[in-house]
Amino acid sequence: MNEAQRLVELIPRLRRYARALVGDRATADDLVQDTLERAWAKLHLYRRGTDLRAWLFTVMHNVHVNRVRAARATDTLEDEMPELAQRAPQGDALLVRDLDRAITRLPAEQRAVLLLVTLEEMSYEQVARTLGIPIGTVMSRLSRAREKLRAMMLGQGAAAKLKLVK
Amino acid sequence: MTDHPVSEADLQAYADGELPEERRAAVAAWLAAHPDDAERIESYRRLAQELRGTYHGVLDEPVPERLQHVVRPARTSLALVATGIVLGAALGAIAGWQLHSMQAAPVPAADGAALLARRAAVAHAVYAPEVRYPVEVRADQEAHLVKWLSKRLGTQLRAPKLESVGYSLMGGRLLPGENGPVAHFMYQSDRGARVTLYVRSDMGSNRSTAFRYARDGNVGVFYWVDSKLGYALSSGDISKEDLLNVANAAYQQLNPP
Repeated sequence: MNEAQRLVELIPRLRRYARALVGDRATADDLVQDTLERAWAKLHLYRRGTDLRAWLFTVMHNVHVNRVRAARATDTLEDEMPELAQRAPQGDALLVRDLDRAITRLPAEQRAVLLLVTLEEMSYEQVARTLGIPIGTVMSRLSRAREKLRAMMLGQGAAAKLKLVK
Repeated sequence: MTDHPVSEADLQAYADGELPEERRAAVAAWLAAHPDDAERIESYRRLAQELRGTYHGVLDEPVPERLQHVVRPARTSLALVATGIVLGAALGAIAGWQLHSMQAAPVPAADGAALLARRAAVAHAVYAPEVRYPVEVRADQEAHLVKWLSKRLGTQLRAPKLESVGYSLMGGRLLPGENGPVAHFMYQSDRGARVTLYVRSDMGSNRSTAFRYARDGNVGVFYWVDSKLGYALSSGDISKEDLLNVANAAYQQLNPP
């Protein structure tokens, strides 16, 4: 199988990660499209025999960082996002919706680590390589992301959902 | 309880199943004695599960065509790559690698050109039916228009003269493209048929492509790449043959031999 076919096979995973990373479908697919275009143009830089998925996620990470930077330049509303509504739990659907919103509220670098570990089930080492950061940084970001997310979910009254039954 | 103190990193790794076997039992034992941390770590595991559950559906969604399109170049290009691999195998591994990289390289450019055609078709579909404001700067200020667009695209542009094939310049406008500004010229025949010329200056390749034809909805597009410049001539009003005639005239002026 050549790289092009493997690239195509990885599209659903790129889309899943992008959806969790940026929240809405259209923006996520835009990110995937930019990623694929860049990856396709830079395919000659990919070293055969190495992890194509990790390489592709590295490309996506770089594209995402650039897109966010470009958006910041024109959008100063970033910090004025309304706080998450404090709502009573109303079952799974609400939890799911709030979980994806809560994720988009994590600092970007923590979100990336959390999603690669949990969604992509990458090892810490793969995450470190993908994002180009030391393993220690992966672990500290992961730890902070989880704690923040847990606090957000608890704040929404979803404590019962996440509590260990003793 | 354990030989080594249990660190936060151990706990995270435990939640992710990243802990080496020999350490796992020790951490589990430590957690048994620390219910608060045990609860926290369990919540992390659940969170990961919830996350996978939340986004699992995305994996089963059909991939939008615009995404498939990026990695699916024209069949001939893929066939070329495949040929490269087969030939390479016959010539030995090293030769194969070289052949592969040589023949795979043109694909991105070809694909970028296809994208150019698509964007041009959309721009045509948006502006050509416009009655009141088909262009931003009218042809009576042609010199100014060309100078302005050349400056914005960072390269000397030309609006080809298409009177010989029955079309006169109406004017043009600046459009946002993939990575920057795009120039858009509009022409009209006496019978009111319109063609538009879409020009990008950021194709980023040192290669040129052949003349190609694409169709998007009812808009036909002839397009080509001349090193960093990408041109696409579109129309929804005229036949492919007539459009080809116009495109040839434009091509010859823009790419003199």
